[in-house]
Amino acid sequence: MEQFIQQVASGLANGAIYACVALALVMIFVATDHLNFAQGEMAMFSTYLTWQLIQWGLNFWVALAFSAGLSFLIGIIIERFILRPLHGAPVLSNVVVFIGLLAIFHSLAGAIWSHTIKAFPSPFPNVTFAGSGYIGPHQIGMIAVSLLLLFALFAFFRFTSLGLAMRAAAQNPASARLVGVRVDWMLALGWGLAAAIGAIAGAMVAPAVYLEPNMMASILLYGFAGALVGGIANPAGAVAGGFLVGVLENLVAYFGNMLEKATGLYVVGNGEKLMVALAIVIAILTLKPNGLFGRTIVKRV
Amino acid sequence: MATIDTTAPISAAVTAPKPALSNMAGLAIIVGLAALPVIGAQLGLLSNFTILQISLMVVYAIAVLGLNLLTGFNGQISLGHGAFFAVGAYCAAILIDRYNANYLLTLPVAAIVCFVIGYLFGLPALRLEGHYLALATFGLAIAVPQMLKYRHLEPLTNGVQGINLIKPDAPFGLPFSGDVWMYIIVVIVAIIMFWLARNLLDSRVGRAMRAIRDQPLAADTMGINTARTKAVTFGVSAIYVGIAGALHAIIFEFVSPDSFRFELSVAILVGAVVGGIASLPGALIGGIFVQVIEKYADALTKKLTNTMHLPIELEPWTIYGIALIALMYLMPNGIAGGLASLWRKVRH
Repeated sequence: MEQFIQQVASGLANGAIYACVALALVMIFVATDHLNFAQGEMAMFSTYLTWQLIQWGLNFWVALAFSAGLSFLIGIIIERFILRPLHGAPVLSNVVVFIGLLAIFHSLAGAIWSHTIKAFPSPFPNVTFAGSGYIGPHQIGMIAVSLLLLFALFAFFRFTSLGLAMRAAAQNPASARLVGVRVDWMLALGWGLAAAIGAIAGAMVAPAVYLEPNMMASILLYGFAGALVGGIANPAGAVAGGFLVGVLENLVAYFGNMLEKATGLYVVGNGEKLMVALAIVIAILTLKPNGLFGRTIVKRV
Repeated sequence: MATIDTTAPISAAVTAPKPALSNMAGLAIIVGLAALPVIGAQLGLLSNFTILQISLMVVYAIAVLGLNLLTGFNGQISLGHGAFFAVGAYCAAILIDRYNANYLLTLPVAAIVCFVIGYLFGLPALRLEGHYLALATFGLAIAVPQMLKYRHLEPLTNGVQGINLIKPDAPFGLPFSGDVWMYIIVVIVAIIMFWLARNLLDSRVGRAMRAIRDQPLAADTMGINTARTKAVTFGVSAIYVGIAGALHAIIFEFVSPDSFRFELSVAILVGAVVGGIASLPGALIGGIFVQVIEKYADALTKKLTNTMHLPIELEPWTIYGIALIALMYLMPNGIAGGLASLWRKVRH
């Protein structure tokens, strides 16, 4: 039982990471109707920026604030200069450009910072407390940060006029433009926000998985799974989905191990975690394409 | 769907034989061109290594053609075709290594296995469109190496170590080296596969495939069984990629889980896009591109870094990415599409 609680707790911690990535994905999807395959690599690149700033002697949070701001700018620049000319282009063109971006960010990070694995400091104090056997301080911090991020975003979209304008631009561009919303800039803003969220997610992930150019590949898949479980157009759902996927992934491996111990039959273990994510993605896409918390979108043909 | 729609005249130009050139004459020219490397090798002008490179180009061309059928002619985006390449390669490797099968026999087996898997994967994929299909196949591509390392498959796949093969020799004492002989086999298979693809696209099924791509609703109304056609296209596309994988395993003499990472799926997609997404000759250009990038991008980027005196050493993928994005703006129909439209401009 103790082990079970531990698995759930560390699943929640992993889930916090997936929730952050899922949140960034949903941001772009809501703002632009695209799934950004370069999201993970963008987050990885931002994490390297944070790492570099820390190496230059900045405090962790100051460095994170700087790199989040820088990522925000990079996100806006990408939208304005690379994706703008492709508005209305077929899906394939967009997917190819995303893959191109993925390749560029991945190789640039490797070229600038080399492919060797780097340790990344955790911003949270290493203290022991009741229950710290189940879950470490960094993991609790990670969960807190992702929840904080979610509430901040919720407040932004719900209570500010800019947030309202962004939602309007995404849901009904034509009408939004008529009432004076600069729809183009709203899209760019969505990209910027997503990139900044990615920077924060990366800085939270890196202490747990170490910093290297490949760190995001599998996390992105879990992020997608989380976003899909929650409903791809629903930020709160994405966060819930991220946590759910994190716990599910750990429990599947845990029960796999139990089964092997009990019967000697090996079915799943840690080596099959990515397959679990793939199975979740395919199952959700086929059985409940709108996610557990998403609304059905009716399309007029 | 601007990009895809504008390809219609190109694919028509490709599929309809030119009036002045009969089918037989066309075939003769292709066979003649394909025989050139063999002659070069027999005269000692081309090394076995060069022949192997050319064979790999043709192999990738078959794979790119497979993805072209699915993405270019049926409008389904796949980021996971490296998975079928891996299945084909492992089919061949396991049959040859464990069961001492003849290498030629592995091709139809790989084709059948890939068709079944592709068809089955195509069934849930039916409900997915555009980004979502890309996403599901993206997951497939990322999970492939883990699947191949699965413990229960280890007796067959040899786990992370992979399987070593030995290239077959030319039969009947023919005076060819192993590489030249395999080149001949690869080219014959490629010609057959391209010919089949052309005929398929010219047939009722091919027209149905394109109708689904352009107007799914209208296609449905006209009585096309959209679901079955899409799933079968997925399967057929997997056959092509699987056969390419099997040929790759035989001529490369090695398979391992980490040769089939996400990068491979990306390379096949990039080949299709660079060559020309709904074009048969484009597949050949794409195949050449994939192999050239894989082999020479390192040297190219090193040279570029040196000549431009860049502070950091660039990596091939940076160039890859930039080329990909630039191509989307300059030639959305790929090199074949760009050449075709250039040709039309020159003629008029």
